[in-house]
Amino acid sequence: MRVWRMLNWEGRAGAIVLAALVLMALLAPWIAPGDPLAITGEPMLRPSASGAHILGTDRLGRDVFAGLLHGTRTTLLVACFSAAVALIVGSVVGTLAGYLGGLADTVLMRMTEAFQTVPAFLLALAAISVTGPSVPTLIFAISLGTWTQAARVTRAEVLSLRERDFVAAARTLGMRPLEIAFREVLPNAFGPTASLAAISVAAAILIEAALSFLGFGDPNRVTWGSMIAEGRTVLRAAPYLSIVPGIALVVTVLGVHLLGRGLSRTERLQP
Amino acid sequence: MPPLVSFFLRRLATALPVLFVLLVGSFLLLEAASGDAVDSYVARSGSMDAEQIARLRQEWGLDQGPAYRFKAYASALARGDLGWSTAFERPVASVILERLPVTLMLMGVATALAFFLGSLLGVVAGADPGSFRDRFLSTSSLALYAVPGFWLGLVLIVIFAVDLRWLPIGGIESVASGKTGLARVADIGAHLILPVASLAMVYLALYLRLMRDRMSEIWRDPFVNALKARGLSRGRIVWRHVARNAVLPVVTMLGLQAAAMLGGSVVVESVFAIPGFGRLAAEAVARRDTPLLLGVILCSAITVIIVNLLVDLAYGKLDPRLRVGR
Repeated sequence: MRVWRMLNWEGRAGAIVLAALVLMALLAPWIAPGDPLAITGEPMLRPSASGAHILGTDRLGRDVFAGLLHGTRTTLLVACFSAAVALIVGSVVGTLAGYLGGLADTVLMRMTEAFQTVPAFLLALAAISVTGPSVPTLIFAISLGTWTQAARVTRAEVLSLRERDFVAAARTLGMRPLEIAFREVLPNAFGPTASLAAISVAAAILIEAALSFLGFGDPNRVTWGSMIAEGRTVLRAAPYLSIVPGIALVVTVLGVHLLGRGLSRTERLQP
Repeated sequence: MPPLVSFFLRRLATALPVLFVLLVGSFLLLEAASGDAVDSYVARSGSMDAEQIARLRQEWGLDQGPAYRFKAYASALARGDLGWSTAFERPVASVILERLPVTLMLMGVATALAFFLGSLLGVVAGADPGSFRDRFLSTSSLALYAVPGFWLGLVLIVIFAVDLRWLPIGGIESVASGKTGLARVADIGAHLILPVASLAMVYLALYLRLMRDRMSEIWRDPFVNALKARGLSRGRIVWRHVARNAVLPVVTMLGLQAAAMLGGSVVVESVFAIPGFGRLAAEAVARRDTPLLLGVILCSAITVIIVNLLVDLAYGKLDPRLRVGR
């Protein structure tokens, strides 16, 4: 509640949108029971043409509304986990590079730069081509291209923290370097990194959607990207089949951005 | 040594370790992929018995240890040999060289559009922070920033190619139209409008916001008050002083976004069936052509490095404090 009162209208709008999406994801098996990939009606029903299919059916007769609901689960699952992995890996690498300095810093930062020169989307494609598509491999593939920003931000913050008095105090107490880096410096450096969370989640949503649009998503799950791709084959006859899941994508990413901006405006929310 | 030469040498020195990491990474990927060059050769040539296959492996050095294979791979790359594309039955390098110009053109036009229109609208919004037009442009850019390029492409196709029939639905030029000279340029231009728009919009929104946010900070700087006190016109302050100072972070972002835009071109080119470099990546994965995929990755990394080099040179032109070689 305290956080809610501190948010501006942007943050509140984002929070409401995301809460609704989380609810949709959690309740999907009850609102639209059964396999969303199952054929449940006549193919290519227009939206609101039939009471049983609010948003109509696709080329094969699968319910669009059920796909949309179950797609929320895949989208949020993959996006949240890959953003979390990216932030954790990035902040560990950034802390090591910034605190240890010297050769470790040089090696780690050159690796970070190498990852940054390759487009995140290409890295994800390459990883998927080796591992094959499934939810865990998608999370791995997406975070492979998105951890670098967190590493750079954490490193910059660690560099400014490591000369502070509390670090010197920890050293005089006899703490080992890695202990200081991870128990003292990293928790204090995590604030700016955490503010990257919204950007990371949004990037992950878009990469996952693009991957599954190209047919490299988990084939056993409905995703918004695969629904857009499916609708594309009948774009002339039924453009809404591609447009509806795309609107869901836009609303989700917008909600994440709004909440992220709202949170970053509330000063000193970080511990 | 002339400053420009020493600048290039210094940049090369920082790029080499990066390229080495990429080399190791792509070698590991090649090792992790199922099947090797001999397998794909056998698949192509049809029948071959086990003895012949073993002899071929020995001839190509594939029965040696990973250190030997890595050395062979690295020396082949150094000679510009990116390997053999199994999907296209041609050397990877020639496939990539054929596809690269289209994508560079697409990216160049999209970057120019996003940069000029984005920063122009950013100046319009940032000239008067908090005004109605500022709030309108800022909110629209936030919404635009959330739109995935490939989906925007489909929506534009539905509106402008299917319904209105104003623009072609895909491809890079009309097939067998026999057009030459200016007519051909106009034809390619018409084919580029929708892909460029789908690729550029996200960056346009980003540059707009960046420009606007930076300008609203600069307005609070004391030097702006000094300019007002000297009696400069508002337009002159906005364009010559506030906007000029605010454009630097946008130029920095231009370099940082080069990689992202190259990634975006993979999907946009697939949507518009453009035979470009980006779509090659998707084709390589779909057709299990690992050497081609690695070639695409290495070439896009080199493209990104070169773009960043150019951005740094432009940066010196814009900001005399950072002029190269000082």
